[in-house]
Amino acid sequence: MGLGHDQLGLFNVSRPDEALKSPVSAARTSGYSQGDMTAPDSLFPRLEPLLPRVTKPIQYVGGELNATVKDWDAVDVRWALMYPDAYEVGLPNQGVMILYEVINERPDALAERTYAVWPDLAALMREHGIGQFTVDAHRPVAAFDVLGVSFATELGYTNLLEALDLAGIPLHSRDRTDAHPIVLAGGHAAFNPEPISDFIDAAVLGDGEQAVLEITDLIKTWKSQGRPGGRIELLLRLARTGGVYVPRFYDVDFLPDGRIHRVVPHRADVPFRVHKRTVMDLDEWPYPKQPLVPLAESVHERMSVEIFRGCTRGCRFCQAGMITRPVRERSITGIGEMVDRGLRATGFEEVGLLSLSSADHSEIADIAHGLADRYEGTNTSLSLPSTRVDAFNVTLANELSRNGRRSGLTFAPEGGSERLRAVINKMVSKEDLIRTVSTAYAHGWRQVKLYFMCGLPTETDADVLEIADMAKDVIRAGRAAAGHRDIRCTVSIGGFVPKPHTPFQWAGQAAADTIDHRLRLLRSAISADRSFGRAIGVRYHDGKPGIIEGLLSRGDRRVGAVIEAVWRAGGRFDGWSEHFSYDRWVGACADVLPAYGVDLAWFTVRERTEHEVLPWDHLDSGLDKEWLWSDWQDALDETEVDDCRWTPCYDCGVCPGMGTDIQIGPTGRTLLPLTPA
Amino acid sequence: MRYAKRGRLRFTSHRDFARAFERALRRAEIPMGYSAGFSPHPKISYHGAAPTGVASEAEYLEIGLARLMDAEAVRVALDACLPAGLDIEECLPVAEGTLAERIDASRWQITLPGLDPSTVDAAGKIFLATPAIPVERPTKSGRRTVDARAAVVSLTVADSEPTGSCAILTVVVRQVTPAVRPDDVIAALATVAACVPTAPARAIRLAQGRLDDSGQLTDPLAPERAAALAARESVPDTLDGAQR
Ligand code: SF4
Repeated sequence: MGLGHDQLGLFNVSRPDEALKSPVSAARTSGYSQGDMTAPDSLFPRLEPLLPRVTKPIQYVGGELNATVKDWDAVDVRWALMYPDAYEVGLPNQGVMILYEVINERPDALAERTYAVWPDLAALMREHGIGQFTVDAHRPVAAFDVLGVSFATELGYTNLLEALDLAGIPLHSRDRTDAHPIVLAGGHAAFNPEPISDFIDAAVLGDGEQAVLEITDLIKTWKSQGRPGGRIELLLRLARTGGVYVPRFYDVDFLPDGRIHRVVPHRADVPFRVHKRTVMDLDEWPYPKQPLVPLAESVHERMSVEIFRGCTRGCRFCQAGMITRPVRERSITGIGEMVDRGLRATGFEEVGLLSLSSADHSEIADIAHGLADRYEGTNTSLSLPSTRVDAFNVTLANELSRNGRRSGLTFAPEGGSERLRAVINKMVSKEDLIRTVSTAYAHGWRQVKLYFMCGLPTETDADVLEIADMAKDVIRAGRAAAGHRDIRCTVSIGGFVPKPHTPFQWAGQAAADTIDHRLRLLRSAISADRSFGRAIGVRYHDGKPGIIEGLLSRGDRRVGAVIEAVWRAGGRFDGWSEHFSYDRWVGACADVLPAYGVDLAWFTVRERTEHEVLPWDHLDSGLDKEWLWSDWQDALDETEVDDCRWTPCYDCGVCPGMGTDIQIGPTGRTLLPLTPA
Repeated sequence: MRYAKRGRLRFTSHRDFARAFERALRRAEIPMGYSAGFSPHPKISYHGAAPTGVASEAEYLEIGLARLMDAEAVRVALDACLPAGLDIEECLPVAEGTLAERIDASRWQITLPGLDPSTVDAAGKIFLATPAIPVERPTKSGRRTVDARAAVVSLTVADSEPTGSCAILTVVVRQVTPAVRPDDVIAALATVAACVPTAPARAIRLAQGRLDDSGQLTDPLAPERAAALAARESVPDTLDGAQR
């Protein structure tokens, strides 16, 4: 069975969802002629009367500090950037903020932002025929050249469909004309965009900064030439760069048993594999320089400075760590400048030093010390998202909390037993943990949060039950170290979802029942021992959302019809427990997947074999598939691997494959105190 | 100081404004006084905020500085650090007492689209003649009933050509608990006289102050204005700059 995007006949008959009715489309599929159009009218005058009728209207009006509205006619290329979740979650997103600024700095381009609208406003927009709009100038998203959507998680897919429908952009790439924007996916989920390949025109893997500039150049040239060959030609030019994946140029063939036979381009002029993008030298990319500050409340009331990108600790469950290699540090002085400039530009009181494991920066001690000195006596506080289990991490936290209160610290052993931690390559012994938390409690921290995962490969009930013992030992040691009983430990535990481009991409996901069962055992083991009373808290999620995330993470093109069916049945905001419906997803899978001879379990709990063609094999994250497989075998043998930052390279493939290198300090430079302005 | 909430930024809630204002204080590097205690807060007291979605020309707040500064310089610096639409209009050094003692009522202007002024005028007369008008208001915890009548001191309809495009209503409302908002007055007009605009009504707070005997509002910043004027007159012009 072929599922190439241009094989329309086959495509149509094989789609069980085609008969489903479409919701009333807001702006219809009118499209905006992009010829020599003048600026589209702002939708705000029509939107405004609706706003008193919706919750938190401020999220739709724009006007953020440091937002940019440019003259439509003064530029050649126009981007609408979307974060497919609610404004309060999407606005602080660093990726969108960075690209927004990078594009807007160009005199010949503009970027505006758009977010998922809540169902109350979406209903009113449909009723009044108002399309998906940007919050900057309230221009219709359909009028832009590109709609760039950043997917941090797969649970935003139904929100993509909702936004396309509201915008009046045809849901399916194949139905779009030259009048419609190019729909471009980015973000971590773009490393396997196959489940949304019907709905996007293209995807970019990896760092976006240089990619958006090159795409802007390409579109500008194509437009200035009079758009030769229309939309297809533009997509071809993008595909030929080797760094943009255009799903419609690739055919996916399946074996009779449902597995993929092969994925091949059906045109000679597009590459077999598409490579991820890697930005080197972060000091050259000090973005965001002017972080956006919303009027509405958002999930992060602070500004963030990314202190390095990538991570080579090699945790086998961690997709972010695998696909963002190698490690590239921002220099201590570069960090110092961004913190200073950002605080001035925003008025925030808190700065987060972001990265995948911030304590790993080669000069983090000097950075923490220098910043703590610089802001001593002010109300500016610093935070460092690091969950490393070691005493150094506590020292850092002490330094950063010099001015403030010592409330809570978080550590992530991730696996309950020592054996399991060898499987996932999280090299933490129980002694390390006890020593670390004792240090924390002794230094006046009262609350320790421990992160774990449940449903890891090879996990048994006993592995999870060890978490209970660990938490009790933590409290025992903590009470001794603190000299009082007023301390707490919260165990936060989530279901593990195997992700593409990781050694666990072959693993069978644990069934929701298995996860729920183990979490029940753990909870009763903790509450059985009364002497700990309320000292130990447990936070957990049930296993069902993880199964759907698993379907969307490791799915192929056949999953697109499931996403569409769920959206047509009302699925939106799947990352929100009050909107997520497991039954709706299971129902859509049961309706759609049997036609292909597969089912939900086939995509999730099934373990893959070594030579199975995975849906993302043609998308190159730099990691050698052979290395990933051997690392998977090492996992099963409980063999650990070191971090290549401080031990020799173990040939994961990224550096030679991508022409990149580890960029770390120390630079030996110091953070100068600032002279008061 | 007096500030305005205008245009699309009228959808700013009070919490949103307070956050933005405190960030503006930091960006403008205003030397704030801080409360004592374990987690010190900048000294700011907000006086009753207009509801989310309602514009205002007359919102009031007071701040306490760590050192003396020129009030106009503070106004300019803060205004520059706030988005257009949240505008600091007046800033004066405190002369006496607090603002809270000088504000007990608001004057609202309500625009009712699609209604004829004479219709609204008639409805207004019925409204004023009714002793109590309970209206329902949705709240976070279900619905709640308030009397929209008792707090209303006066209600007048502007004379305008009966174009049929809209009617403009001015109401003076005493600040009571629970507060009676423009929405409640609009709902009450619909209740007593089936007077319903064809599009959502728009309200704007024009003034706040103390009700005098004639039913007018006094300017809450009058003492400060007088003190500032007196200070200016007592100081020779040439010294004015040095004073700052
Ligand atoms: S190629 Fe070698 S040095 Fe580069 S990230 Fe992989 S293991 Fe580390």
